[in-house]
Amino acid sequence: MRSLAFQAAQAQVVGDPYLSDGVDFGDIVLAIVKAIIAFVICLVATMLMVWFERKVVSRLQNRIGPNVSGPFGLLQTLFDGIKLFFKEDNIPAEADRFVFKLAPYLALLPAFLTFTIIPIGGDFNDGKNGSVTIFGRETFLQVADVPVGVLFFLAMSSLGIYGVMLAGWASGSKYPLLGSVRASAQAISYEAALGLALAAVILVTGGLSMNQIVQTQAGAGFGGIIPNFNIIVTGFIPFAVFIIAGTAELNRPPFDLVEAEQELVGGFHTEYSGIRFALFFLAEFMNTVTVGAIIVTLFLGGPAGPAFLGETLGWFTGFIWFFSKLLVFLFIFVWFRATLPRFRYDQLMDLGWKLLIPLSLAWLLVLAGIRVARNDGLNILDSAQADTILVIVASFAILLVGMGLLRAAINNARRERLLAAGLDPREVA
Amino acid sequence: MVDVITFLISGAIVLGGALGVIGFSNPVHAALSLIASFFGVAVVFVIQEAHFLALVQVVVYAGAIVVLFLFVIMLLGVDTAQDLRAEPLVGQRPLGLLFGALLLALTLGGLFLSGPGGDQGAVALSGQESVVRPIDDRSQIEQLGEDLFSRNILAFQATALLLTIATVGAVVLVNNKGGEELVIDEPGLSVE
Repeated sequence: MRSLAFQAAQAQVVGDPYLSDGVDFGDIVLAIVKAIIAFVICLVATMLMVWFERKVVSRLQNRIGPNVSGPFGLLQTLFDGIKLFFKEDNIPAEADRFVFKLAPYLALLPAFLTFTIIPIGGDFNDGKNGSVTIFGRETFLQVADVPVGVLFFLAMSSLGIYGVMLAGWASGSKYPLLGSVRASAQAISYEAALGLALAAVILVTGGLSMNQIVQTQAGAGFGGIIPNFNIIVTGFIPFAVFIIAGTAELNRPPFDLVEAEQELVGGFHTEYSGIRFALFFLAEFMNTVTVGAIIVTLFLGGPAGPAFLGETLGWFTGFIWFFSKLLVFLFIFVWFRATLPRFRYDQLMDLGWKLLIPLSLAWLLVLAGIRVARNDGLNILDSAQADTILVIVASFAILLVGMGLLRAAINNARRERLLAAGLDPREVA
Repeated sequence: MVDVITFLISGAIVLGGALGVIGFSNPVHAALSLIASFFGVAVVFVIQEAHFLALVQVVVYAGAIVVLFLFVIMLLGVDTAQDLRAEPLVGQRPLGLLFGALLLALTLGGLFLSGPGGDQGAVALSGQESVVRPIDDRSQIEQLGEDLFSRNILAFQATALLLTIATVGAVVLVNNKGGEELVIDEPGLSVE
């Protein structure tokens, strides 16, 4: 009896169909093949991302960018990589040799591991679960559908910080250390906002598995035309918070204080050269691709979309949808870099703690309130719809009052600090 | 079989990491071993099908708490090698060994003697049965959430209160009124 119930629970928790009936040799081969394919996709995507970023930034700055090696300069990244391979590899005399060598791998691994939980293809139309049949085995087009998928992303993003932090410390030099201390403070500050934005998605999905998140977003939503994507279902705010906090976690402009060239030379990787520097470079761009992919999966339905190539090629349309959505976000990241000036340190902290965290927390509560009103039927007004509207109006009123109170508290604290310092608050703008 | 091999490897990582924490002379290396140890524990949780617990272990302990440790170590500049032969508290090490041995005896005794006839504990020890097996066929997170917000609501609220008190306490301690004057660092201000 017990073991039966246990197996049922497992079958529900572990999503990928090919693992549901025991594991044989073929399953292991399939898992390894999937991991290798994911690794190749990840590397190629990263290489193209470096080229894409250089090319787009060049165009936005009225330059041409790499155009000599290969068609459109596509092979420039490859040649740069080969060059870095053969360059002299310096380890500073003051460095902690073991940690210095370890740090690049600690930066690279989480970036790749996050990619393994992202569904990159499959047909999700008409209630299908996006599985395909390879060699007689039904499987998802993702390396692993971890039962706690979204949390896996959070765990990896919090581990990714170790690479940067230890690199800065192990270099035994001032600027890298400052860079890494900044990095850890920034990561801790923005992780909370990131998590709260994620919680909104989990709330509307009712599960943590990435496959389930895509499944709930498939098909048409309101009016039969507007897609059922979480960006609309969660009301845009979590999406905005996530993309800002995600950029901060990536240490990309405008949040690149970690490696602010004008202040810290190169930040945490100042002392790195040759192949170890290349690994950091790779990790940074791989992270950009993965966070873009995570945003696409969480808020824009990932591979879900109309199968315009017909039923049989449904799985392939999944690929097309996923990569075209991803491209949009990669462009947005590059666009950020080319247009936005870097934040000052206090602005960075203000944005994280005083705006993003309260906003995403309040929004989560509003979403939860609306769900309770819908599911439990409050019976205050005569119809369920009227009840929902009442809850929405009331929540927004409370949200506004709360934000006003927070603003007042922040202003008052600032006033008191200025008074304590013997300054007139009215004169200091 | 796979369970046993995974357990042996992760167990070695847990113990090796724990030994590293007390054995390394450099605090940063000790903190790194602590991460390894936490990771090993997370893998043990995964073997026990406690996926949520495993991930929380990584996010909270390996991801946040050790980052704070390292942050403080780097900020205070205490990242130089310490002499391990010096014993800060007299008799600390023999006492530590003694209590460690007692704790081990207590755990093993509890496992062997638990349940009617004392055989259930032995089953748990052999690893044949998962200790944290799901109670029914809902997902673990659902069960955990329901448990947390119904049966254990008081403990949950008490923890929240405790954390709030700790935060407020930290703010009060930093805000030392009447003590030395703090240097004000307000953006957009030039203090002569």
